[in-house]
Amino acid sequence: MDLLTLLQVLDSTVRLATPLLLACLAGLFSERSGVFDIGLEGKMLAAAFASAAVAALTGSVWIGLLAGIGAAVFMSLIHGLASITFRGNQLISGVAINFLASGLTVLIAQDLFGQGGRTPSLIGAGRFEPITLPFAEALSGVPVLGPIYADLISGHSILVYVAFAMVPLSWWVLFRTRFGLRLRAVGDSPEAVDTAGVSVAGLRYGAVLICGLLCGLAGAYLATGLQAGFVREMTAGRGYIALAALIFAKWRPVHALWACLLFGLLQAVALRYQNIHLGGITIPVQVMDALPYILTVIILAGFVGKAIPPRAGGEPYVKER
Amino acid sequence: MDKMPAWADAVLVPLISILLAALLSALVILAIGESPLDALTLMIEGALMRSSGWGYTLYYTTNFIFTGLCVAVAFHARMFNIGGEGQAMIGGLGVALVCLFIPFPHWSVALLVATLAAAVFGALWALIPAYLQAKRGSHIVITTIMFNFIAAAVLNYVLVNLLRPTGAMDPATATFPAATHLPTFQDMFATPDNPLFRGAPANVTFFLAVLACVAFWLVMWRTRLGYEIRAFGHSESAAKYAGISPVRITVVAMLMSGGLAGMMALNTTMGEAERLVLNATEGAGFIGIAVALMGRSHPVGIFLAALLFGFLYQGGAELALWTSIPRELITVIQALVILFTGALDNMVRMPLERVFLALRKGA
Repeated sequence: MDLLTLLQVLDSTVRLATPLLLACLAGLFSERSGVFDIGLEGKMLAAAFASAAVAALTGSVWIGLLAGIGAAVFMSLIHGLASITFRGNQLISGVAINFLASGLTVLIAQDLFGQGGRTPSLIGAGRFEPITLPFAEALSGVPVLGPIYADLISGHSILVYVAFAMVPLSWWVLFRTRFGLRLRAVGDSPEAVDTAGVSVAGLRYGAVLICGLLCGLAGAYLATGLQAGFVREMTAGRGYIALAALIFAKWRPVHALWACLLFGLLQAVALRYQNIHLGGITIPVQVMDALPYILTVIILAGFVGKAIPPRAGGEPYVKER
Repeated sequence: MDKMPAWADAVLVPLISILLAALLSALVILAIGESPLDALTLMIEGALMRSSGWGYTLYYTTNFIFTGLCVAVAFHARMFNIGGEGQAMIGGLGVALVCLFIPFPHWSVALLVATLAAAVFGALWALIPAYLQAKRGSHIVITTIMFNFIAAAVLNYVLVNLLRPTGAMDPATATFPAATHLPTFQDMFATPDNPLFRGAPANVTFFLAVLACVAFWLVMWRTRLGYEIRAFGHSESAAKYAGISPVRITVVAMLMSGGLAGMMALNTTMGEAERLVLNATEGAGFIGIAVALMGRSHPVGIFLAALLFGFLYQGGAELALWTSIPRELITVIQALVILFTGALDNMVRMPLERVFLALRKGA
């Protein structure tokens, strides 16, 4: 494999890892606060549709981005209402949100555009264009490092850089701020937070809203950055892969980056090569498809380190009377 | 003292939840510029006013009974099996293998063996998540989600690389031999001068599903095992104290759950397609969640809920055929049912409890 091919695979790894990373960090905030979220997929899908539809109607990708975030935050609020206010089952609520997004997006798309549940292709200002970083042209002649800078690091849309910047930011918020400390505390022992006079529901709603915001970015990137427009079920299980990455990373931001890059690499390789031939053994493409899930099961089983979720995760908090 | 009488808990709460879901669905239809009443009329005409409509409705009902029971078994043991979809896919693989490679003399023998194969394959696919939950504490919801995707990859591989007849383009097995053809409702009930259920896919598996409902009730409420599963679901610590093994109950309940999901494949793979296709389950595994929630994990409720969803599915197909409302409307309705009967249950329950408490004080 020459450098150019390697760079192409890595470049597509970065692009495919971006929505996973945003969704994974979204899940991180929610689950660290004790609200399980298997509705990442639905929120991303809703955001992808809303951003593409609004971008197509207004011609501005930025208004589209806002609409995408709005849609995902709305879905988050439903999840919050069900799992925080009404103390319902968070998993069932997540399932409902996935179906709601899956149905509503196609229904509204068909009503608005009449193109079989897709939005028109986005052109010009309706999409996030790649950004060329300074000196990318000038440095591309430098051997090895030049192409890496020009092809791999430069030339992505703004949301890619936002996603990668979110990793240190999430770490800082969660581990270096008062809000982050309380958020992690509410996921491990809400009664302690309550005793300290801090609102459990308020913190959890805050986390769920951040989750919606990040899912909104992830969905908007899918429809306006990675691709040009919305097609039905375009998230294609990415929300679940992000969930897998979250467990793989054991609910830690920096590890989430590595997990998402790994799963992005698997997707990129599966996309580029159908079956891989390694010295007489053929690895079918389906193995690459299934690998993130298999790895996650192995991690969950505790054979390679143990993945322990936040202690109060999945349980609604009931104040003692 | 209970806050509400039993009938209110079993009937009134789900009824109000469904009314809320229906109301919101009507608003959705209004919002996309169609009339909810016209849509409902069309759905009823298409799904219930003709025998062929019933043939489709009952075909879908059969799927949803199996997957609904699958989710319900796990619910009774306080587990959430989201993996019905994957278990049904692998169950379909079992059905396909026996139908393709065993020369059956008669469909009844084929049905017996295929039922066994479907149940065993589905149960085995649930075994690993069950074992990991019981022994290593891995959350069953996450592992079963992962196993859905792994099942899809396995099925894809098997169909594309192993079972696809040479020269065929689409990823599917060869058509099953004629001896495995299950009698459809048309075969059973149509007479030359009264052509009932023409072309409809409902078949003898429907009666198997009804039988499964009865067996479910017997096992859950009339056997020691069922008692242990329900006790475990109510209180794990009490069950442990009573000498019930959590590992055993977790594994057995999940095996039953996976087996029931696998049996769904009899209807789609053996009864309808008569070959194994890639998307044989069509999301029925997930609809089982809505059905089980709505039916309160009781076979009678599950039967009725499955019938309702069968009607919605067939009616939704009619809507897509005759109006500009896409089939996805049904997905929205399904989501609203799950939301209101499952996640927002307390939203309905808490005000009702207050009403009943106030009434009791007044009396």
